[in-house]
Amino acid sequence: MSKILVVTSGKGGVGKTTTSASIATGLALRGHKVAVIDFDVGLRNLDLIMGVERRVVYDFVNVVQGEANLTQALIKDKRIENLFVLAASQTKDKDALTEEGVKKVLDGLKSDGFDYIVCDSPAGIEKGAQLAMYFADEAIVVSNPEVSSVRDADRMLGLLASKSHRAVNNMPSIKQHLLVTRYSPARAEIGEMMSIEDMMEILAVPLLGVIPESPAVLNASNSGQPVILDQESDAGQAYADAIARLLGEERPLRFLTVNKKGFFSRLFGN
Amino acid sequence: MGLLNFFRGKKENTAKLAKERLQIIIAHERAQNRPSHEFLPKLEKELLDVIRRYVQIADDAVKVKLDRDGDVDVLELNIVLPDQVAKE
Ligand SMILES: Nc1ncnc2c1ncn2[C@@H]1O[C@H](COP(=O)(O)OP(=O)(O)OP(=O)(O)O)[C@@H](O)[C@H]1O
Ligand SMILES: [Mg+2]
Repeated sequence: MSKILVVTSGKGGVGKTTTSASIATGLALRGHKVAVIDFDVGLRNLDLIMGVERRVVYDFVNVVQGEANLTQALIKDKRIENLFVLAASQTKDKDALTEEGVKKVLDGLKSDGFDYIVCDSPAGIEKGAQLAMYFADEAIVVSNPEVSSVRDADRMLGLLASKSHRAVNNMPSIKQHLLVTRYSPARAEIGEMMSIEDMMEILAVPLLGVIPESPAVLNASNSGQPVILDQESDAGQAYADAIARLLGEERPLRFLTVNKKGFFSRLFGN
Repeated sequence: MGLLNFFRGKKENTAKLAKERLQIIIAHERAQNRPSHEFLPKLEKELLDVIRRYVQIADDAVKVKLDRDGDVDVLELNIVLPDQVAKE
C-alpha cells in the first residue's frame, strides 16, 4: 500500500523543501521505495536541494499533460536505491495542475509500487497548496517558532481537516504531524523564542520532531545533498529521528537544550 | 531589579506574549473557519423523517437555520404543522 505524505505549512520559507528532501531520502535509506514530487509550479527548487537539477528533462506538468510518461519524468537518485524525484514545471501557468491531473500521476506512482509519495507543497493556502495536500494520507505541517508561521500552520491544519479528499468523502481524517524547524534552544531558553511546549499547546498536534537552526542546512543545499545524509550534523540527526518516529519507533527529543559542551567540541573538532 | 534581570525579564516576555497573542487569534480564527453549515441539509432531512413518524408534514415544512450572535451559535428550527393537527 502506498502512502501519500504532504509537507505543508501555509507560510513560505519555513523549511518545507528542506524537509521534503530529507524525509524522502530518509525513508529510502530505510529501504522504502520513495518518490518526492515538487508541487511548486513556476518555482522549481526541490531538484536543487536533491542535487538533480541538471538531469531534469520532463516535469510534473509534462506527465499530467501526457507529453511524457512517469518513467521518463522520474529522476532516479544516484546515491540511494529506490529514491526518485519528480520536478516541478517552470511554466508560468498556475492552472497547469488540476485535481484529475494530480490524481492520474499519484495513481500511476501507486501502481508502480511506490511505498511513499512525498508531496512538497508550495507556500500559501491557494490552489497549489490545496492540490499538494488534497490526496494526502498523512501531513507533516512545518512551522518555525514564530507567530505568523504558527498561525498559518493552524490555518493549514483546518484545511487538512475540511478540504482534503479524505475530509470531503467522510473518510478517516489525514494523520497530522507537527515538525518544528529552525529551532534555537539558546533563544528559547532566554525567552526570545516560543518553546516546543508553547507550540504544541497552541497547535495541539502530535510532534514529529524538532529540527534545530543549523549551518549544516545551508551547506547541504549548497552541495545538493539532503541534510539527512550529513549524519555528523545536528539537523541531519534530528531528521533521522523524525523518520524513525514516522515509522512508529520511539525516539527521545534531542537538540532542545543548549549544549554547554557544544562550543568546545566544535572548537576541538569533537 | 538588577539591570541583568531587567533585560532578561523583558526578553522573557516576548515569547510569552507571542503565545498569548496566538492563543487568542487562533481561537477566533478556528471559530470563524469552522465548516458548521455543512451538516444542515442532513439535519433538516433527518428531522423531517422523525416528525413524519407522528405527523404527516410537507417536504418543505422543516426549516433549519444557523446564526451567529457574537460568540454564540444559534440553531433556529421552524416546523410548520398542517392545519388540522395544529387545531387539535
Ligand atoms: N533547520 C534549518 N536551519 C537553518 N536554515 C534552514 C533550516 N531549515 C531551512 N533553512 C533555510 O531556510 C530557507 C527556506 O527553506 P526551504 O526552501 O526548505 O523552505 P520552504 O518552506 O520550502 O520555502 P517556500 O515556501 O519558498 O517553498 C532556506 O534558505 C533553507 O536553507
Ligand atoms: Mg519550497
